[in-house]
Amino acid sequence: MTAVLKRWESVLGLVLVAEFVLFASISPYFLSVDTLSDATFNFTERAIVALPLALLIIAGEIDISVAAIIALASVAMGLAAEQGVGTGGIAAIGLGTGLAAGCVNGALVTLGRVPSIVATIGTMTLFRGVAYAVLGDRVLKNYPESFALFGQGYAFGPVSIELALFTVLAVAFGLFLHRTRWGRAIYAIGANPVASEFARIRVDRYRFVLFAVTGAASGLAAVLLTSRLGSTRPSIAQGWELEIISMVILGGVSVWGGKGSILGVVLAALVFGLVTFGLGLMNIPGIVMSIFTGTLLILVVALPALVRRR
Amino acid sequence: MNLRAYRNWSEAARRDLKLAALTAILLVAVTWKFPGYAAPRNLAGVLDDTAILIMLALGQMLVILVRGIDLSMAANLALCGMLAALFNRAYPGAGVLPVLLLTLVAGGLSGAFNGLLVWKLKLPPIVVTLGTMSVYRGVIFLLSKGAWVNENEMSRGFLEFTRAQFLGLTTLAWGAILLSAAFIVGLRYSRAARNLYAAGGNPEAAAYAGVDPGRMQFMAYVIAGAIAGVCGYLWVARFAVAYTDIALGFELQVIAACLIGGVAIGGGVGSALGVVIGCLFLGIIRSSLPLVGVSAFWQMFINGVVILVAVLLSARARLGTRTILEAPRT
Amino acid sequence: MPAPLLRLSDVHKSFGGVRALAGVDLELHRGSVTALIGENGAGKSTLVKILSGVHAPDAGSIELDGSAVRIATPVAARDLGIGVVHQECLVFDHLDVAENLFINAHPRRGALIDWRGMQARAAAVLRELGADFTADTRVGTLGIAQKHVVQIARALVNESRVLILDEPTASLSQRECAELFRIARQLRDRGCALLFISHRFDEIFELADRYAVFRDGSSVGAGDIAGTDRDRLIRLMVGRPVEQLFPRQEAVLGEPLLRVENLGRAGEFEDISFSLRRGEILGIYGLVGAGRTELAQVLFGARRADRGSVSGAADIALVPEDRQGQGSILPFSIAANIALPNLEALAPRGWTSARAENELARQWIGALGIKAQGPAQRVQSLSGGNQQKVVLAKWLARKPQVLILDEPTKGIDVGAKAAVHAVTSEFACAGNGVILISSELPEILGMSDRVLVMRRGRLRGEFPRHEATSELLLRAASDA
Repeated sequence: MTAVLKRWESVLGLVLVAEFVLFASISPYFLSVDTLSDATFNFTERAIVALPLALLIIAGEIDISVAAIIALASVAMGLAAEQGVGTGGIAAIGLGTGLAAGCVNGALVTLGRVPSIVATIGTMTLFRGVAYAVLGDRVLKNYPESFALFGQGYAFGPVSIELALFTVLAVAFGLFLHRTRWGRAIYAIGANPVASEFARIRVDRYRFVLFAVTGAASGLAAVLLTSRLGSTRPSIAQGWELEIISMVILGGVSVWGGKGSILGVVLAALVFGLVTFGLGLMNIPGIVMSIFTGTLLILVVALPALVRRR
Repeated sequence: MNLRAYRNWSEAARRDLKLAALTAILLVAVTWKFPGYAAPRNLAGVLDDTAILIMLALGQMLVILVRGIDLSMAANLALCGMLAALFNRAYPGAGVLPVLLLTLVAGGLSGAFNGLLVWKLKLPPIVVTLGTMSVYRGVIFLLSKGAWVNENEMSRGFLEFTRAQFLGLTTLAWGAILLSAAFIVGLRYSRAARNLYAAGGNPEAAAYAGVDPGRMQFMAYVIAGAIAGVCGYLWVARFAVAYTDIALGFELQVIAACLIGGVAIGGGVGSALGVVIGCLFLGIIRSSLPLVGVSAFWQMFINGVVILVAVLLSARARLGTRTILEAPRT
Repeated sequence: MPAPLLRLSDVHKSFGGVRALAGVDLELHRGSVTALIGENGAGKSTLVKILSGVHAPDAGSIELDGSAVRIATPVAARDLGIGVVHQECLVFDHLDVAENLFINAHPRRGALIDWRGMQARAAAVLRELGADFTADTRVGTLGIAQKHVVQIARALVNESRVLILDEPTASLSQRECAELFRIARQLRDRGCALLFISHRFDEIFELADRYAVFRDGSSVGAGDIAGTDRDRLIRLMVGRPVEQLFPRQEAVLGEPLLRVENLGRAGEFEDISFSLRRGEILGIYGLVGAGRTELAQVLFGARRADRGSVSGAADIALVPEDRQGQGSILPFSIAANIALPNLEALAPRGWTSARAENELARQWIGALGIKAQGPAQRVQSLSGGNQQKVVLAKWLARKPQVLILDEPTKGIDVGAKAAVHAVTSEFACAGNGVILISSELPEILGMSDRVLVMRRGRLRGEFPRHEATSELLLRAASDA
């Protein structure tokens, strides 16, 4: 039992295989390339934010404002589009808004010394609030045609640009976290920030950068999502923060900090996306999936605790 | 009141006073511009609008006092609201009392589930309640099969209970007033409540005094759950509709109200009066926005600014930092 | 002599194979203050935890008033009338004094707390003690000495017959100490049995009328204070011949490595000046709270000084006092811990290499004799001594010029102690400098080429190796 738990990734892998078998046996269309390609749109945007958020949680912090940053960035892009900014400019504005919002979070936590959950509850309300205040019940949809490329285009064959981006980022984040000294420092900070400080690691600098990167990734997700939907409403990506956090924790990242892997997060994202998609195939509404997610989330943290009690 | 006495006040009491002053200034300012605002009828309406927020925030406060957090509160509310609506549809003649009991117990049980996981397995409150939030929402969908329960499916008694007026105030408003009074008195005069403060303020010292901090967390979750449950019925009856997504994201407004009301996320600090004033502060802002010609869409932005100002000010006063994620390392 | 109120006989306690108490005896008498004396690691704090119901003894008996008792929980201790004044001040900062005295036992009228009655009772207790604060004061605004008084008052409210004062004076000023002693005597005169734990002999002779000495988890002596003197107590405390444990090689001292001038940090230490030479082990002796740890952290660069300057050595390493909280990442492997401050060297272009880390770890496991299955073993599963060797290794691997050791052998077994001392000595002989901070006299005397004594944040004496004696150092460290 403990040996299995030690490799949480293998459990996720098994779940993934089971999902494939299940859905393939239910729907003959499931295993077609087109279907599988479609399925990826379900999770790539969220998963792109889950990658840096995993690093942040491993470092012992959290960012609840990610979905609000997506909304803020989307509004900024929508306004830019209204002013006639081109596709490249719009994307840059989306990314820049995300980065700036992430820096605000980072500054609140490192300079303001506000606990990250409180700070990001505040900025979540603020960023989403700005989106509502600016847009009200308006919808922005004056995006140039070429803007649709990011969220609807394909990189090669059936591989969407979103999926290609996610794959590249996942590999990059995986290498960064698991193979570089900066990644090691992130684990150390999450496991024991005081001892890390005493090992001459600049803890606050790492925290700030991680918040900034998480913000930038949220900006990127905003570009993809807005491009895919072709419109911006202030309620865009509502509730995503919880899905993204669930994805990270489901991936085996410890909320106590110091533990987790990018492979786990990627697998969790796939499990997540496939279940959502499969349920759609079976005409089961997505909300039912939340029972599954929620239960799994609690089990992930409860099982080790139960084993410990023995 | 001399200065020395003021210095001796607890942090919470001092914050309450400042917040009350701020709220009063806000009220005066709005009334200055719009004399009709302070009319009893209008204020009664504001209270009616804010009542559910007040009740939920009081429950949430208990949880935060013992170093927890309840993200599942709005989902729990929606679940119990749906239960109430379905029960009413099945037994329209049963009256309101069984509905209140049902939601009280169902909400309490949901809270107990959170509390048990936090107490017995020492799981992180944020993860537990994030998980149960998803589960409760999903269960609503299963119960209702995704359908709405509309006004025409609700009995008159069911709907009118919340709107009935007594001395010019609705049942809802009276509920908030009574619960606030119970909390203000209870948190000061009941031994269990004082132990709750102790457990949140210094769990180790509390354990030495025979107070089990985990058990205190459990109790806080049960009470918060029960309040959320009853509020579920009140919400459904007031807005005359029940569906899966009611009060979506409301948990964060509730937590925000607690933070504004001076409840410290690190536990052990907070007063019922502060939380109530914090809710009223938000309620007055919300109700006066249309008057000053600002769209209601600005409400959330203003909430955000208020929260950030509040936490930055309190962070300056705080000695150590403690995030909600920090483990009780043993 | 009347029968003792509390009698412990042959009490044993081990933690994961490490013996903390190996059969201690202790008697406390009514109307008497017993001083418990011993070096760090002698077993005093374990004894306090057993008496306050945190730990259960493995063997031995505890008799209270002639009958055997079990102290299973802190509440049981309270109900038996055993009160503890904790060194770390277990109080509720956000609550007022009165409530601190009555938590979980608030006086009630009906179902409601009787605040007025509680305030009155608390005020009466405080008046009785002659406290200089009122019952409605928020405890967070009190100083440490006053918080100790709050804990004493709590013991009074609980009608404690036995009161344990666990190093209450460590961070108090002289005036505060006098005030605390006045209150302690008052309790003694009311018939309480007091256990007073302290490192300061002048205080022990001032307050106590009996003494008990622990050494390495055993009782080595007890009796009346009147029949003994400071030198005898120190001999009992230190016990073993000093030379055996400390293989200090004679080093040739070279040019200065580190120069500290007028260094100060508000509220912690001030006016610290000294220099450290190549090959030298500079001991810094002082009591807990003298400002040594704070000084070490400023020298290391973990905190900033307000005044003064540090010049000289480029790379300074610190083995901090709290090896689990500050020195190591417990869930990390030995290899990852040793690698942590050396990552820039091990991963010059950013990419880490498991092979290089394991290689480095293996090298140090061998060099320091770390008892482990291999580099991949987690540090949290090692014994205290081996954990400390890992902390040493991670800094030595950086090849620093100056090594600061803050209580490097606190709570570790004799074998590991000797190994740490040998490594330290070798490091110094290779032409580096060591600053050794310790509260253990034998360690300071055995290892140091020169000893500085700190008291209340200032340097109070400097002794070359051949002049330093236990008596001189103790005298300089405690208020004369």
